[in-house]
Amino acid sequence: MAVLKVKFTKTRRDKLAQILWILNWISVVTGVILFSLGLFLKVELKKREELMAEKDIQYVPNMLIAVGLIACVINFLGGKICYDCVDTTNFLRWKLIMLPYIVCTFFFTLCVLVGALMCYSMHWELEEALNLGLTQAMRFYKDTDMPGRCFLKHTVDMLQIQFQCCGNSGYKDWFQIQWISNRYLDMSKKEVVDRLRSNVEGKFLMDGVPFSCCNINSPRPCIQQQITNNSAHFNYEHQTEDQNLWMKGCREALLEYYTHLLQSIGLTVLITWLFELSVLTGVRYLQTSLENMLRQGDPNSESDGWLLENSLMETARTNLSIIKSLGKGNQIDTADNGDPNIDVPSTSKAHYGPDNVPPKQKTETN
Amino acid sequence: MPFMSLKFNLQKRVKLAQGLWMLYWLAVIVGIIIFSLGIFFKIELRKRSEIMDNNESHLVPNLLILLGMLSCGLNAFGGKLCHESLDPQKFSKMKPMLKPYMLLSCGFNALLLLLVLLCFLMQFAVYLTLAEGLKNAIRFYKDTDTPGRCFMKRTLDMTQIEFRCCGNNNFRDWFEVQWISNRYLDMSNDVVKDRVLSNVEGKYLMDSVPFSCCNPGSPRPCIQHHLTNNSAHYDYDHRIEELNIWNRGCHQAVFSYYSSIMNSIGALLICTIILEVRLHTGLHHRPLQPVGM
Repeated sequence: MAVLKVKFTKTRRDKLAQILWILNWISVVTGVILFSLGLFLKVELKKREELMAEKDIQYVPNMLIAVGLIACVINFLGGKICYDCVDTTNFLRWKLIMLPYIVCTFFFTLCVLVGALMCYSMHWELEEALNLGLTQAMRFYKDTDMPGRCFLKHTVDMLQIQFQCCGNSGYKDWFQIQWISNRYLDMSKKEVVDRLRSNVEGKFLMDGVPFSCCNINSPRPCIQQQITNNSAHFNYEHQTEDQNLWMKGCREALLEYYTHLLQSIGLTVLITWLFELSVLTGVRYLQTSLENMLRQGDPNSESDGWLLENSLMETARTNLSIIKSLGKGNQIDTADNGDPNIDVPSTSKAHYGPDNVPPKQKTETN
Repeated sequence: MPFMSLKFNLQKRVKLAQGLWMLYWLAVIVGIIIFSLGIFFKIELRKRSEIMDNNESHLVPNLLILLGMLSCGLNAFGGKLCHESLDPQKFSKMKPMLKPYMLLSCGFNALLLLLVLLCFLMQFAVYLTLAEGLKNAIRFYKDTDTPGRCFMKRTLDMTQIEFRCCGNNNFRDWFEVQWISNRYLDMSNDVVKDRVLSNVEGKYLMDSVPFSCCNPGSPRPCIQHHLTNNSAHYDYDHRIEELNIWNRGCHQAVFSYYSSIMNSIGALLICTIILEVRLHTGLHHRPLQPVGM
């Protein structure tokens, strides 16, 4: 019982081949789009790798790039096959390759689906990477004289200005680290020494934030220092003031940005997957209808096209038994005496007649 | 004696017609590019009209939009003419339209030339408008409660951050203006009162700049206040310190941005004029010996 059988006349077959040719070329374009989306994501992640801890998140863009390239190659080949399928003589060239091609493409579409799902699952790893990375970056903010970290201040400042955020979870994160280098602290001043001593780890902590946390929408000039001290500023109450600094944490801001990006890319990959699946279905119908036409012998006859020759269960069973027999080919079957190539010596004594003399070896003389 | 007459055989004429047709469609694409550049320039001027006193001249972008559309129309028609000149019957129908078309094209080229001149001359207008506009923007920075000016602070902060500049000509422009509103000054404080009284106009002036002047590339946290007072900060000398805040003035920064846009547009228009002249000389030679006659 064939699965989803459809009858194809010659004209329908030719039309199907032509449409599939065009669709395969469109798929090549979508493969290029996938490749460029993967490349774009890779660049975006690399741009801010200083702010992300050492987590392996590059596998998602790498997968997309690989899938995009393979999609181009597969669909280019598919386009060529479909173009040749209009003519029966040309189809004979591709007859043997078509079924393996369809099987390969089917597994490839599974890879595309996995790629799409990976885009959505990257969210949690990214959050952890950002959390650790931002904490590190803020800790090394003051180390502008240490090689390898001298541009971290610039990176964090530009991040806070561009994404309109402050600190890791909020601006209070800056209160817990020393973000002013000792090079710029006057150690001879009593207040500085007191502040350093009052802290267990000898850090110069204060309730101030860098200038990049300042909110440009604030109606008053930015208050960066002594943020929690209401009396230090005129007409200021830090509990109700929400326009002075950026209220969002940078981890949340970056996560939002990347999640939005990944969701758009994931959606595009899903749509590409559906498109590829439909093209694959068309190619399968074309292949089965052309093979049936060849079996009938008449190029102008009507033929059936199907997805599977037998029902799903039977096809699965036959394929499993084929795979099993492939595996069995290497084994020596000692239980089965039917194998003519094995010399099994007889266990019973040979009985050569009443006098029990083995017959003379007859030599053939011509 | 005909002006610049040339002899053509049949093959050459067909090739010339085809080449001209392709060039006409290229010219249509160039027309679309000019149109979109006009729109881009108009948007850029509008984006920053607040720091130009809402007084900027939109003559150049409007002309660009108009000439872009005209160029598309004229060149599409020219391409059609070229295409039809290959067929003698169609060509005889088109022949009366040739002369007015050539005149129109000449006029269009003259307009393009005028626009090129405008691109280079209007830069002076932009320069002057910017100078006036930025001066007022700095003056009204503190007026975040005055309707019509409440976003001046935001615009100026964004401009200083985006263009990496401070003040009109340099950061000292901020020392001459009161950029902190009286709403946020504690008038009961003696220090504040002294400062206000010491000034002739009763302005609260100080040697400080807003946070948007800060350079994120500076190795030390930004010093915004008491800029000229070396003793107020540890290990600081304001005469040699150049990484702390932006040294460039916003007038120079924004003007060089607009100047580069206008120069690029002018260069593109010169290329367009050369292309158009080439096309029209080509078409001029076509009607003298149409194909097939």
